[in-house]
Amino acid sequence: MSEELHQVAVQVNGKHCERRVESRLLLSDFLRHDLGLTGTHVGCEHGVCGACTVLMDGLPVRSCLMLAAQTNGHAIETVESLTNDRDKLHPLQQAFHEAHGLQCGFCTPGILMTMMAFLKETASPSEAEIREALSGNLCRCTGYQKIVEAVTLAARRIGQAGAR
Amino acid sequence: MTAEPRYLGARVTRNEDARLLTGRALFVDDVNPPHLLHAAFLRSPHAHARIKRIDTGAALKRDGVAAVYTAADLGSYWKPGPLLVPPPPIKGIAFNLRAQVPLAKDKVRHVGEPVALVIARSRYIAEDAAADIAVDYETLPAVVDMERGAAGGPVVHDDLGSNIASRVRQTKGDYAAAARNAHAVIRRRLVYDRGASVSMETRGVVAEWDAKADKLTVWDTTQGPVFIRGGLAAMLGLSERQVRVVAPFIGGGFGPKMMMFYPEEVVIPWVAIRLGRPVKWIEDRLEHFFATTQERGQIHDAEIALDKNGKILGVKDEFLYDTGAYNPYGLTLPINSQCTLLGGYVVPSYDSSFTGVFTNKPIVTPYRGAGRQHGVFVMERLLDIAARELEIDRAEIRRRNFIPSGAFPYNNEIIFQDFAPLEYDSGNYAPVLNKTLKMIGYDRFLADEQPKLRALGKHVGIGVVFYIEGTGIGPYEGARVQVQASGKVSVATGVGTQGQGHFTSFAQIVADQVGVDVRDVDVVTGDTDQFYWGAGTFASRGAVVAGNAVNEAGKAVRKKILRAAAEHFECAEQDIVVAGGQASIAGVPGKTIKLGELALRANPMRGAVKPGTEPGLEATSYFGPPSGATACGAHAMIVEVDPETMTIAIKKYVVVHDCGTVINPLILEGQIQGGVAQGIGNAFYEQLHFDDQGQLLNASLADYLVPTALDVPRMELGHECTPSPLNPLGIKGAGEAGAIPVGALFAQALEDALDLPRRGVEILEIPLSPNRLWELAGALFKQRGTS
Amino acid sequence: MKPAPFRYVAARSLDEALALKAEHGDEARFLAGGQSLIPAMNFRLAQPAMLIDINPLKELDYIRRAGNVLRIGALARYRALQRDAAVARHQPLLAETLPHVAHPQIRNRGTLAGNMAHADPASELPAVVLALGGRMHARSGRGERWIDARDFFKGALTTALKSDEMLTEIELPDLPAKSGAAFLEVSRRRGDYAMMGVAAVVTLGADGACIGARLAYCNAGEKQMLAGKAAQALVGRRGADKYISDAAALAESEIDPQGNVHASKKFQRHLAGVLTRRALQTALARAGAA
Ligand SMILES: Cc1cc2nc3c(=O)[nH]c(=O)nc-3n(C[C@H](O)[C@H](O)[C@H](O)COP(=O)(O)OP(=O)(O)OC[C@H]3O[C@@H](n4cnc5c(N)ncnc54)[C@H](O)[C@@H]3O)c2cc1C
Ligand code: FES
Ligand code: FES
Repeated sequence: MSEELHQVAVQVNGKHCERRVESRLLLSDFLRHDLGLTGTHVGCEHGVCGACTVLMDGLPVRSCLMLAAQTNGHAIETVESLTNDRDKLHPLQQAFHEAHGLQCGFCTPGILMTMMAFLKETASPSEAEIREALSGNLCRCTGYQKIVEAVTLAARRIGQAGAR
Repeated sequence: MTAEPRYLGARVTRNEDARLLTGRALFVDDVNPPHLLHAAFLRSPHAHARIKRIDTGAALKRDGVAAVYTAADLGSYWKPGPLLVPPPPIKGIAFNLRAQVPLAKDKVRHVGEPVALVIARSRYIAEDAAADIAVDYETLPAVVDMERGAAGGPVVHDDLGSNIASRVRQTKGDYAAAARNAHAVIRRRLVYDRGASVSMETRGVVAEWDAKADKLTVWDTTQGPVFIRGGLAAMLGLSERQVRVVAPFIGGGFGPKMMMFYPEEVVIPWVAIRLGRPVKWIEDRLEHFFATTQERGQIHDAEIALDKNGKILGVKDEFLYDTGAYNPYGLTLPINSQCTLLGGYVVPSYDSSFTGVFTNKPIVTPYRGAGRQHGVFVMERLLDIAARELEIDRAEIRRRNFIPSGAFPYNNEIIFQDFAPLEYDSGNYAPVLNKTLKMIGYDRFLADEQPKLRALGKHVGIGVVFYIEGTGIGPYEGARVQVQASGKVSVATGVGTQGQGHFTSFAQIVADQVGVDVRDVDVVTGDTDQFYWGAGTFASRGAVVAGNAVNEAGKAVRKKILRAAAEHFECAEQDIVVAGGQASIAGVPGKTIKLGELALRANPMRGAVKPGTEPGLEATSYFGPPSGATACGAHAMIVEVDPETMTIAIKKYVVVHDCGTVINPLILEGQIQGGVAQGIGNAFYEQLHFDDQGQLLNASLADYLVPTALDVPRMELGHECTPSPLNPLGIKGAGEAGAIPVGALFAQALEDALDLPRRGVEILEIPLSPNRLWELAGALFKQRGTS
Repeated sequence: MKPAPFRYVAARSLDEALALKAEHGDEARFLAGGQSLIPAMNFRLAQPAMLIDINPLKELDYIRRAGNVLRIGALARYRALQRDAAVARHQPLLAETLPHVAHPQIRNRGTLAGNMAHADPASELPAVVLALGGRMHARSGRGERWIDARDFFKGALTTALKSDEMLTEIELPDLPAKSGAAFLEVSRRRGDYAMMGVAAVVTLGADGACIGARLAYCNAGEKQMLAGKAAQALVGRRGADKYISDAAALAESEIDPQGNVHASKKFQRHLAGVLTRRALQTALARAGAA
């Protein structure tokens, strides 16, 4: 049985992109395999781990729980969008680096994308708010403490930059 | 002149971060060679069954399917896996090896055991086709409970006639005499149930056969690429030079990604060669709960004999250990339990025996802690009970029994997992415990805060436990350090890395030796084409063993630099200073040469390299510690329990740790915090629930509860430093420390919070849960009126 | 874990969606947030032949006040409900419950209607809608109808919707004056389905006695569960602790929890008692009970 294909036109990391996709192709697989954006990771494919989190129209969603076909006319952002300069990290990434907010780094892209949206909505978050916002992303390596510290640091810096 | 350590001990941020943070880092699932095919395994739905017939006809007909294989198709390639770690030379030991097979042939022995394999154009189609395969099974009663399995009934391995996988007894002194003379003998049954490692990245293998180069490349989520390379070459009849195994970035290992020779690891390369196309298999999360090894099922019947002052006279322990359907990993795990039980205490007599039991459950191999949890749990619980019965403070009874700091090296007389006698290299335990008590506010809490809180009707308790950790065992690791013409330094070792920061720790060591900026050191790990020899990342040994190999190689390169520079400047080696990426004559301005320049000169295009000189500024060194280094630590926690719902809130958590010289405190903190999080999961959230048919009832991340950011508390960390005399850097491993004592801590602190012992209830098992606490103690809190 | 093959259709109009559903019946499923459906498909537990994606139907994406009811369109997502001023003001019970449902990323997609249609007895939200006395608006090519929440839930993953019907709207009436509500649950981790949860609503008369009460539970049986007897026991009473405990005890025996790996049936009943008591105390206090 050959599967029916759908034309999708989607903004990915600011670039317009058109592809033909099968009905059942998950957005996570579309990003990783069709577009080669392997920064988005897949840890469970049932919506729990959060590794696959990307932004759709600015909001974090599980890319393993969406179909590629559903993104037609929408904008997707992945971890690859955070910086295009090899030598200069986004302030959020920089904070993760400085605070040692990652170990194996597998959960990290999903966490970064979740936190991007969170920090946009929450200017100077408390530790409790950060932990709540992180609760949909599992990390098996860090114990979260340094992730919380990284997000706190990033929030402060981004806040300062915004104030200037 | 020795290098002044600049980076060793500093909070250097990690070199590997940028790649990981930008999504550039290569994980196995990111390897996508052209013409890639995808694999899906058909796995047994039964825990125990005979395979009567397999019909792959429909699967083969499906559009997009390239091949379907069953055990029969593997021909002579079908062989049980190797024994990974031979049992240690202990007198009277019994060990029955039954290793996993590539695809089940006549019988399946646990749910999820692979039965057939589909190769297709996409993973989607491969899964469709796997569902097309029809298998006739004759189901058999499953061996689920290890006690019943040991006693008789159905057998997992027919040829063995029983389910006994191993029996080992180790003794020290005369326990029977100690018990006879004891003031008190305390006997308990203690149970530790199964858990899973659940790395966020599942396992995966990509294999590619390059027919023109006659070479196989395998990208594998393994902690032991060198072993896999050697093993695969032998199995496939290839030279080791024809096989390259790459463990790229690994999304967490924690033990089960060790060199297991998992069925998938063995079959996928074979298929790739056969089909002449690259093949990828990525374990999905459902498979992970069956196909990746697990840990922890043990039942201990333990007793401790004490004098009236609470001094330990001896310990006796008999335990059962669930090894799952196969036991390729030998006895590492139960021997760790056996040895770690002795803890940091003087235990004059010890009589410990265990029986390994085959069950129809996934295979058991080391997972972070690797049996150490159980030993710590048993000993710490026995001491808690002893303290109560003898009316001694919990901390005090530990202090009274500590091995005195003057007694090291301290020989415990039994054999450790590394085959060496269990000898602690160094230690100073009392300061670790005292610092922990101080940081948690132990005295104040017990004397002042707890009574006040109790008066307010709150249920808040404290716990404090102590543990030791045998780390950094042999056999050896190696490293090559090379100064390049660019002035950058490259380091290659055979260990793989799974997030422990080796890229940075090793760079720090080398940067100090060779006198360059840490950012100019490029570390390659886990690629057998880059470094040929090694064992792997296990038993908290990466930093200790490979770190020291790196240090030795760095030293050797430093020597070469000094010699080359001295020759260049025609001065004495003692006058050369190596720093900032260059060599110079001390005190003579202008007399400097860049290391890159020296490297170039050491590999000249014309002229001759002097006899006895090797080209380049490069050295390879190996390091094998005579035996493991013993780290120690203490954890303490204050926890509040809602006795009606049995939900908990951790108010304060303290860890004090002594792992000798610290290479990088930032990385160490992360290791400990991550370990504690896993320990908390193991103690209160995570449990694998098997029914009596051997079916796992919670095979998803929705029901296997990995703690979230809301469940893991902020931790306060303290450090002590007692360097190891066994290696020049003085380091001890730290990878498992966070995880080991948490079960024991939870049991003690929750008992205290609910004031259970006074009410006749003891917590003698892990994992706990609100449900389990309520079963144990709910009745005590029933008619409390409204809160 | 990849889904089995299916046909995907992005609906261009409500009529088209309804027509396709009528044509394909149970073989077809509406795709709303996908936060229950896609995981089930990834596990191959659900293998529909066709997905009718209703996400393009913006006309279903609304939260509206009309008189003294709140109308929630089929595409109103949890995120929107959590941030909606009318929800906060007029249906604080719903607002209070939403943070317990999954995680931010899931709530950015999941819909209240999808949750109702999915009808998982373990979910918090059917309990809330039952406790609030909501109604469901269903449409098909044949016409439309209202279904009372009490008649909507038929058991685990089954509802009163016919195979050609779409749940287009959920209507929540304002609570009468002097009402108070509370939602409480005990879950293993924040965001997990609860081991037990209760939504309690009470209404007091002028004299301060209880004149109406509803107690609804999640994970308390094979189907979504209102504890009628327990609620009835409160009516006519003043919020004395004794009556609360009686109601809690009644609720414990009235529900029919199934037990799971996290909580035995007994523990679930026990939790129901504890939570009923606590929720009632809060609800009564909020209703202004002395
Ligand atoms: C990690 C995770 C954790 C979660 N935790 C919780 C939790 O704690 N509590 C909880 O309640 N839920 C939880 N959920 C489920 C979540 O609430 C879902 O969003 C919700 O159950 C379904 O809504 P949906 O819009 O995503 O529906 P979908 O998944 O799109 O659909 C669900 C079902 O309803 C049908 N359907 C959808 N819309 C309509 C309609 N308008 N008319 C008729 N049929 C329709 C679909 O065909 C499908 O059968 C969790 C989900 C995940 C992934
Ligand atoms: S892969 Fe999507 S949430 Fe885990
Ligand atoms: S850093 Fe490894 S899972 Fe988070």
